[in-house]
Order: sequence, then C-alpha cells, then structure tokens
Amino acid sequence: MNPDAPSDSLIGIDIGSRSIELVELYPDGPSRRLKVPTTFDPLGQCRKLMDGVNGSRVIATGYGRKLFAENFRQVEVSTITEIQAYALGARFLHPEARTVLDIGGQDTKVISLSESGKVLKFEMNDRCAAGTGKFLEFMATALQVLLESFGDFALRSDRRIQISSMCTVFAESEATSLMARGERAENIAMGLHMAIVERTTAMLRRVGMTPPLVFAGGVAHNPCVVRLFEEKLGQFPIVPHDPDMVGALGAALYAGNGVFHRV
Amino acid sequence: MKPESLEQFEKTGDRFLLDMAELEESGTKVAGLYCLFAPVEIVRAAGAIPVSLCGKKEKPIAEAERILPPNLCPLIKSSYGYAATDTCPYFSASDFLVGETTCDGKKKMYEFLGQIKPLHLMHLPYTTSEPHALHFWYEELLRLGRFVEEHTGIKIDREQLRSQIRVHNRMRSLVRKISSFQAAERIPLSGLDMMTVMESKSFFVHPDRYIDLLEKFVSELETIAASGYSPFEPGAPRILLTGCPVGRGSEKVLRLIEECGGAVVCMENCTGVKGLDPVDEEEEDPFLALARRYLQLPCSCMASNTGRLALLDRLIGEYSADGVVDLTWQCCHTYNIESRIVGDRIETKHSMPFLHIETDYSNSDTEQLRTRIEAFLEVARWKQSTGPAAQSGVR
Repeated sequence: MNPDAPSDSLIGIDIGSRSIELVELYPDGPSRRLKVPTTFDPLGQCRKLMDGVNGSRVIATGYGRKLFAENFRQVEVSTITEIQAYALGARFLHPEARTVLDIGGQDTKVISLSESGKVLKFEMNDRCAAGTGKFLEFMATALQVLLESFGDFALRSDRRIQISSMCTVFAESEATSLMARGERAENIAMGLHMAIVERTTAMLRRVGMTPPLVFAGGVAHNPCVVRLFEEKLGQFPIVPHDPDMVGALGAALYAGNGVFHRV
Repeated sequence: MKPESLEQFEKTGDRFLLDMAELEESGTKVAGLYCLFAPVEIVRAAGAIPVSLCGKKEKPIAEAERILPPNLCPLIKSSYGYAATDTCPYFSASDFLVGETTCDGKKKMYEFLGQIKPLHLMHLPYTTSEPHALHFWYEELLRLGRFVEEHTGIKIDREQLRSQIRVHNRMRSLVRKISSFQAAERIPLSGLDMMTVMESKSFFVHPDRYIDLLEKFVSELETIAASGYSPFEPGAPRILLTGCPVGRGSEKVLRLIEECGGAVVCMENCTGVKGLDPVDEEEEDPFLALARRYLQLPCSCMASNTGRLALLDRLIGEYSADGVVDLTWQCCHTYNIESRIVGDRIETKHSMPFLHIETDYSNSDTEQLRTRIEAFLEVARWKQSTGPAAQSGVR
C-alpha cells in the first residue's frame, strides 16, 4: 500500500474461479481496473492486486470472498454476493437495465431487477458447470482453438447442428462422434455455443426476462454467444465495455453507498 | 443461553437404545419406520416400539450404489445403505420394518430391504379427497394392524388404541407448542437446535417420560422467551423451510441459512410441523380416525397436494416469515415438480422471496449454495425493510 496516496478510494474485488478483478474508484479521479488469472494461488494473486491500492475499505465478492475476508485483516473487508455485486455494477453502467445475465468461469447467474434497481429474483446454475465459461474453455481445447477466438471460429460455421448434451463430458463425446462423421469443426463449435444459449435462455425465462438485458461476465466477450442471444431473444443484449469487471465495480460501488442505495 | 434439557434431546437416540436394552428380557419388539405415514399408534397398540431408521447421512450411499442406481434420491440410497451395511443401530434393533409406497424409488427399494428383514409395505392412495381413497387407506391400516399383531403376538385392543391416540395427541400438541415459540419476535432457539428437538419425536421408548421431557422443555423455553434472549441478531430474516425431510446429517441447507444470518423459524417438512395435527379422539372407530388424519398429511406424493399450500399459507402468517426456502433432494421428482407450484403461491399470494434448492447429502456444492442463500437473504432483508409490515411499523 502506498502511504502517501489519498486513502478515500473505494475498492471492489471479485475473486472468481478463473480470474480476479479489482476496481478502485476515486471520488474525483479516474478509476483503476486490474485483472489477473486466479491460478491455484488465489490469495497470492489477490496480494499482488492489493499491493498497489490506496484505500482501506474493501468489498469482496465472488466465490473467494470468504477466503479474502479471512486473510486480509489489515484492511476493512466486507463481503457481498456476486448477485448483489453484478446487480449494482450493471445498474450503474446501464441504469435502464431490468435483467442482468452473468456467465462466468464456473457459474451462470440471471438477475431480475425492479424498476428502482433492486434484486427481485435470481437464478443460478447449481453445482455443475455445464453451460458456463468452463464449458466453452473445455470445448475450445477439445477442438484445438484458442478460447479467445472460439466465438469468431464458431461464427464461421456454414450449418447449424444441434448438440443436445449440456454436460461437458457428454458434449465432448457428442462432438467427437460428429467429427468422426466428418462434420466441420466450425459447425460443431456453433452447436456448442447454441447449446449454452439455449440453456441460459431457459434460465432467463424463469426469472421473467424483462428487457433491457445487460450481459456481463467473461463469456460476454464471446461474439457468437452475443449474436445467438440476439437471435433467440429478439433483442440485442447490452454488453458493458469491460464485461468481466462488472462484479468488482458493483462491489466498489457498494463500499461507497451502503446496502441498498441506488448508486 | 441454551435450554438445559436440550442436551437430552441431542441424546434421545442413545437413550432409546439404552431403554430398549432394559426391555430386552421382556421380548418387546421394535418396528423400524421410514415415514410419517406409518401410524405409530397402531404399532404401539400392538405392543411394539416404533423407531425412525437412519437415512440422513452420505456415508453409506457408496455401498447402496452397488445395488441401486446412482440417480436416485439420497434419502433412499442412504436408507438402503445403512441397512445393507448394518450400520444403523435402530435398524439392527428392529424386528420388522414398515414402508410406504410414497414414491417409486422407495417402493422398489423396499423390495431389496425386505430381503434383509421382514418388511410390511403399506400401499398409499395418491389422492386424499376421494372417498374410496379413505376406504382403501383404512383397509391398509387394518392390514398393518394384523401384520404387527402377528409379529408381537399381541391383539390390538380398541381401547388401547384409543389410549395411544390420546398419548400421541398430547405428545404432538407439546411439540407444536415448542415449535410455536419460534413465532415470537425474539426467537428463543436456533433452527438447528429446534430441528434436534423436532427429530427426537420418533426416538422414544416410554411416552410418559418423553412427554415429561417435552413439558420441561416448554417451561425452559418460557423462561428464555421471558428474558428476551435470542441467538439471532435483531432483524435476521425469518425463513420458513419446506420440502424434503432434513435431520442430523442432512441439515446442510438449514445450517447454511443460519450461518449466512437467517433464522429458520419453522420447518414445514416431515421432520418439522407437518405431522403434528391431532387425531380425532371422539371417533367411534379409532382405525377410521387414524386413517382420516394420516391420509391428510400434505405430502408431495399426493396429486394434487393442496393441503401443503394451505399449511404454508397458515405457517407464513403464524411465524411472520420473510422468505421461503424449498429444499428438494436430487431426484425427488414429486417435491421437485411441486416446487414450481409452491414458488408461484409464495411469490404471488405472499409477495415473498422464494428459493428452490436442489441438492444431495454431499458437501460438494456448499459454496455455490452459500452464494445463493446469501443472495436470497439479501433480497429477503430488502423486502423486510420495504414490505407492508415495515411500512406500518409492525411486525
């Protein structure tokens, strides 16, 4: 920590399964946004991020929030759930948002917001990571495509094929048998993307899906998923500039505004 | 400030085994039960002691999966696993078993269980409202009576049966009273401790001693309530837990709710207040009185199960709930499907947050559940602060 710098910044940290994001907001200055992979040493990675911050009040969210709170006792740490964090972050960036979708590394959340931005209802996938970023990562590896270009790769498909398995293991064997039948890898990739969107749309319908929809989390970087949601829902999902920073941003905003106040 | 006698409830299982050991010479038979649909009054009137069998821990599931398919509910697999590995002391103590056809999984599992010990299977109608359903169930009660009589060699005397009805009514009314202490604004007991007390009701040999213990507990709770003590922070969201049975070993959802700052004020499930309504003591035919009362148990195996909605409506008011959590054990189709019906009722009629959790006995999803439960409590707190009760300034 830098003792000479102003200490009234607000810090939010989102410790996810795949990456850790930190947002530091200054009352009258630019904000700082940092991101590192989670690795097998999330605490070490958090320490790296925290080394450069000035504030003394941190709100932690994400699945590592408890771990963080237990280990960073030199600062004042509170925790909120990712649901609350994504709701706050998405509403701040897009005040008109009524539904928030976050597809992260190991889970998917859909959140329905009231007109004033409160969480009305939410759905989360349970223990299985089917249909999350992990699924895409695994399948990209299976098809020997870089995760970052997997969406563009799928968009080069010339045929829509249905992949019915959502389970990573079963989907892989389904993909393998499609390859054995001579199906193009791009088409298989498209089928896998469609499967994710199909599953997530069902979750969206369960919370009511009031537009507009903000699509956040790492998977929102994937152009194919975004395109398929647009087709499926008949509306263009709003993708924030830094979709994976929304949780950390929401946490930082929470630090400054108490529990339920509109930012 | 825990009630002194809570410890005795924690030890009711051991007490049961000790008391049974004392009766060993007398040749008293033990009936192992799995479900609330088994009329314990009949078992006792025929001279046997009923006891609940194990089925709430994950440990024996791996062994059960050697015989049963893995995609069955954990309760069925655990129940069978305990029996197959002979690791449930109450199962070992049982002379015979009573099962019910509440669901397909259990019904077929009992075919395997029957190879280990004599098992009587009670057939349930799947409706509570048709008159011939009552007639059928009445016949099933008579058939159970004959089965127990054969095993104990004791004929059921109708006066004795009526007396058992009175004793169990007394016992259940005390358990209801104990549960209702949690309706107060300052909740005197944690939901976890209350669960221990509620669960004790199927582990007693001597009804008179058990009733004494319950009475003692009532007076201890009265003292705590008068002192204003509560293990919960003021304003902790008051949660009604409904759905599949929970008990020691399978209490992870209840525990998580309370770890995350919620207070489980009432359990609308088989461990909780579901089976606590009295049996009509005035009815001339005690079997008929029992058949009526037992058939009304609002279990998801009934189609339709409107009794559960009515009970939930009542409990939400009685316990001033802020939110409802519906727990489904994985692969329990009836509770799983019914959850949508319950959720709609809670959200539309009560405008209350509702959370459906589908899980098993393992701890592999603890952190995901914690996130969902924490977020649910965040919503419940917000509703609490803006709901009609908050606006009018009363709870």
